[in-house]
Amino acid sequence: MTNAIDAVDAGTARDDLPEFRAGDTLKVHVKVVEGSRSRIQAFQGVCIRLQGSGIRRTFTVRKVSFGVGVERTFPLHTPIIDKVEVVTRGDVRRAKLYYLRDLRGKAAKIKEKRATAPVK
Amino acid sequence: MSTVKNVRGLLGTKLGMTQTWDENNRVVPVTVIEAASNVVTQVRSEATDGYPAVQVGYGAIDARKVIKPLRGHFDKAGVTPRRHLAEIRTADATSYTLGQELSPEVFVAGQTINVTGTSKGKGFAGVMKRHGFSGLRASHGVHRKHRSPGSIGGCATPGRVFKGVRMAGRMGGDIVTTQNLTVYAVDVEKGLILIRGAVPGPRGGVVVIRTATKAKGAGK
Repeated sequence: MTNAIDAVDAGTARDDLPEFRAGDTLKVHVKVVEGSRSRIQAFQGVCIRLQGSGIRRTFTVRKVSFGVGVERTFPLHTPIIDKVEVVTRGDVRRAKLYYLRDLRGKAAKIKEKRATAPVK
Repeated sequence: MSTVKNVRGLLGTKLGMTQTWDENNRVVPVTVIEAASNVVTQVRSEATDGYPAVQVGYGAIDARKVIKPLRGHFDKAGVTPRRHLAEIRTADATSYTLGQELSPEVFVAGQTINVTGTSKGKGFAGVMKRHGFSGLRASHGVHRKHRSPGSIGGCATPGRVFKGVRMAGRMGGDIVTTQNLTVYAVDVEKGLILIRGAVPGPRGGVVVIRTATKAKGAGK
């Protein structure tokens, strides 16, 4: 019964996006339609949340633009995303990074994940 | 309305909801309905029944469970027994033949339809949930009556409660028709119909899909 719905979802789901998680800095290339022509705009920031499951999964990218925090939530499988680049992998301990909203400047910086975990 | 329009109808099972994207890359909520293996079990005509209609059968059933009168009914149509039957009143009933298979392709994407199903049972519900009453205030001396209906009528005149006053009671489990929904897509191969928006009933519930008769340009 649900398999039929999974099959419907499989028709629209996209598997070309890289794996990423909260804390990663992403560069999301978004297709923008202006009148009759469309172009691609990049939105770069920190992924602060991945939410939902299946075809309804969404992720939120936060950036600070001219001193103003901007958050944009994308459905993971939306066709308006041209591609997603993972710029850096972040080293965070939480799945939802809402605490970044209260931090400014250097404090809001996320440590980059080391390729291999350092041995103590 | 005296004139019967050309209505097409199918029985189906609500599988559930999901979402997809339209050509403008906007999210579309869709309900997936499985409506394969529909079959015409009876054709009613003006001459024999007084009105034109088509009876449609749907759903698998164990042959041992079919009572003999119904078995005779299905044998007459020359089809294997089905679990559910529904009558579709339509002017062009004579264009159907007994035992004809109907697939989801009787509907096309973009068409407006009505969907009839049995709504989810809510049990014994109060007036706020059942009838949308506002309840009483949260403060100003209201004591343990926040969700109550308040007054249900006069005092010594009329000295009784009028019939039909809305009160708490069983809610849901009614036959509900949602009108003027849009067919988003039809998958004949898998026997699926994708309908934009929600339809009445739980997942696995049986629904009747008919062409809309009140929409603009309906019955064409």
